[in-house]
Amino acid sequence: MKQSKKYLGVFIALLLGVFVSGCATTAGKAFEMSESQVKLRSMQTRAFDTTDKQKMMQTVISTMQDLEFVIDKADLTLGSITGTKFLGNAVVTMSVTVRTRGEKQLLVRANAQFGLTSVDDPATYQDFFTSLEKAMFLTAQQVD
Amino acid sequence: MECNKNMKKISLLLKSFVFLIVCFNLVGCVSIPKGFLKIEEKSLEKRQVQMRQYETTDETKILTAVAGVLQDLSFTLDNSETKLGFVAGSKKADATNKGQIFWMALLGGANAVAQCDGAEVIKASVITKPGANGKTTVVRATFQRVVWNQMGQVNRVESINDLDVYQKFYDSLSKAIFLEAQKI
Repeated sequence: MKQSKKYLGVFIALLLGVFVSGCATTAGKAFEMSESQVKLRSMQTRAFDTTDKQKMMQTVISTMQDLEFVIDKADLTLGSITGTKFLGNAVVTMSVTVRTRGEKQLLVRANAQFGLTSVDDPATYQDFFTSLEKAMFLTAQQVD
Repeated sequence: MECNKNMKKISLLLKSFVFLIVCFNLVGCVSIPKGFLKIEEKSLEKRQVQMRQYETTDETKILTAVAGVLQDLSFTLDNSETKLGFVAGSKKADATNKGQIFWMALLGGANAVAQCDGAEVIKASVITKPGANGKTTVVRATFQRVVWNQMGQVNRVESINDLDVYQKFYDSLSKAIFLEAQKI
């Protein structure tokens, strides 16, 4: 009985070890993709029927500001925008890229990171694009 | 007797199971809340606090004035993109609160004092864009701050939503461009 207890103790300690090391990241892990690349890309990307990159980027910026992001970086040539938002004690960073697709469309890709984890929930990205759609409509309609 | 032994065994197993689950929860990766990219109803109010409109179409003039005002407030400029009407800056400041330190020292001693606010970094990001009627320029400023404790660990992070802060910023900006800011 005593011996079996001892074994149980060792077993629990080993299991604990497994759990504790479960979330450790190594350099290699940072380059691993959790979802399939295509799936991730499709949930993060939308196309818009416009070629006005500047206006699109300004709309992305206003949408991000409405979502309480503070814009950290923006570059028109590269089409990239990066912002930070505080959610309680967690830090959310998001970068959005805008690039031309064919002759009539713009591709917008957003990727968000929550603390140390990257966001791979399609609904979250959908929320962002819904807001962006509405804002683009507003801009087109000159409401502001 | 046998039954009692079994009961003990089961309770031990149950206990270790619960313990494991607790460990797993503590160690497990933090779950991400849903819907944090949805626009809240409060966002319109916040927009009104953060936004002003100026009767000019000269965005460059306003951006230059914004950079000047940020420097007046001893911010350093971190990034800018004139074509998108964007300027960002940050400022390090002392966040020690003597009252907080006094009470923490009284109640918790040296260890508690180490947890008190020590330093802060305030981040400012200002965007300008043409107004809806084509005759005005809209400016929107947003501020955030990160506060560290006396040991250099992050105490808290927050967006600044204080009306006065924005009002003061726009007062200085209006002075700098000699135009009255109009509320939207």
